[in-house]
Amino acid sequence: MKTYEQINQRIESGKAVVLTADEIIDYVDKKGLEAAAEEVDVVTTATFGPMCSSGCFLNFGHSKPKIRMSEAWVEDVPVYTGIAAVDVYLGATQLRHGDPANMYYPGEFRYGGGHVIEDLIAGKTLQLFALSYGTDCYPLREMRTYFTIDDLNQAIMVNPRNCYQNYNVAINDSDKTVHSYMGCLEPRRKNANYCSAGQLSPLLNDPAYDTIGVGTKVWLAGAQGHVYAEGTQHAGDCERTPGGVPTGGAGTLALTADMKQMRPEFVRGASFRGYGISLGLGVGVPIPVLNEDVLKRACVRDRDILAPVVDYSGDYPRNTGKIICHVSYEQLRNGEIEVEGQTVAVGSLSSYHTALEIANLLADEIRSGDFLLARPIAPLLKDTKMKPLVAREKRDERNGD
Amino acid sequence: MSETATKKLMLFFPRWESEKPIIYHLVKDYNLVVNVYRAKITPEEEGYLALDVSGNMVDIERAMDFLGTFDVTINDAEKGVTRDTERCTHCGHCVVHCPSGALYIGDEASREVAYNAERCIECLACIRVCPYAACASGF
Repeated sequence: MKTYEQINQRIESGKAVVLTADEIIDYVDKKGLEAAAEEVDVVTTATFGPMCSSGCFLNFGHSKPKIRMSEAWVEDVPVYTGIAAVDVYLGATQLRHGDPANMYYPGEFRYGGGHVIEDLIAGKTLQLFALSYGTDCYPLREMRTYFTIDDLNQAIMVNPRNCYQNYNVAINDSDKTVHSYMGCLEPRRKNANYCSAGQLSPLLNDPAYDTIGVGTKVWLAGAQGHVYAEGTQHAGDCERTPGGVPTGGAGTLALTADMKQMRPEFVRGASFRGYGISLGLGVGVPIPVLNEDVLKRACVRDRDILAPVVDYSGDYPRNTGKIICHVSYEQLRNGEIEVEGQTVAVGSLSSYHTALEIANLLADEIRSGDFLLARPIAPLLKDTKMKPLVAREKRDERNGD
Repeated sequence: MSETATKKLMLFFPRWESEKPIIYHLVKDYNLVVNVYRAKITPEEEGYLALDVSGNMVDIERAMDFLGTFDVTINDAEKGVTRDTERCTHCGHCVVHCPSGALYIGDEASREVAYNAERCIECLACIRVCPYAACASGF
């Protein structure tokens, strides 16, 4: 049994033994669980894929005279101003002002929130345009200026939902191409797309949330950030394999970090034709090898992780909940799966290549003593399900409804 | 005795050249097997033809001279779709949509996406499906 404090001491003294979630599988096969649990201090997990529920809070500082922004755009992408005078929130999926969306289907969605975030972190000069209804204390009515991330007081990424623990495999049963956030799905089940790092993925390596919780320190696009809450739609109470691994989308993490510390290669605006805009984000999460059980779960393999195949032409939009079948990530990575007797080509939206890069970068940072682990301050819950949105009539309380 | 070869060509037509039967002559007069990847030929509009021609090298040379007699811009640099490896995140979405296998997983262990320009048939599917705009066409 090891504690966080012991592991951090080893990290600080440059003696920590760190392996990626990819390397640990063969390592434990060779050395055995008991010996490996003694030797190995940290297993690094990672993922890189489109994470729509992402965005950032920016603070511009005060102008002479002052302005209380009530409407604002950065590079013509609207930002949310319903907070303090010069604070804004910029969301990853926000379309640019005037973007035709899907009016001429399928829309291209070339530039939006996610791309502004990418450009900001890459150090580009961006335009701010803001309007104000004007107040006694904030009299300025209009402001147009150009800025870079260095001109901002704060640029803090706050993502309500990242790192989905497993996800659907999308397929298209209809005769027409389906454009979705899971990419382009050709008709008659010609291709199926998945989006997960599988055996490298953070929450799939800690399926019961034993070490990853609120307060866990994470590597977010190169910056040292942390989990600030359970992610939206976090649903720990889900179907699991006998090994405890969820067989569909389950847990999620809400992450935050300082954008001024981020690396632009790991924060990329993403355009999904016919669907919209997202943000390709790289996340690394370290798992402290506290005991043999934690290590055993971190040795999960692609062949032991199942994903549900869902029809995105009918079942998904109609929210029927129907699952056609389950396939393993090993089968998915082979490039072909069998769905009801038909061979289906497989595409991916999650970059295993970049996830491997991140797992190794995080491992290097830990080995060189630059990244310490944090004990969670609260656990992620295992007993919550996702509630639906129900269209209801308004209840009239006065008449005793 | 001549070598056979395949040559990739991109031809650009101004409005007034779009009505000439070029492919017909390439086949009949120069014995070339023509494989059209992508074409936009509308009367009275600028157009292009992305194709490859296969046959013996002497015939291909003569066909190139023949094409030179038209008011057509010939691009035989064999460069069509280009892939920016800095922008590519190796997600793998393009691989499943590429009909000719020009985009493929180059290394199974690292899942790196690789591109073989020779196999590209300019269908432009990769440009449409890449979320990070890593692929582009010069034309």
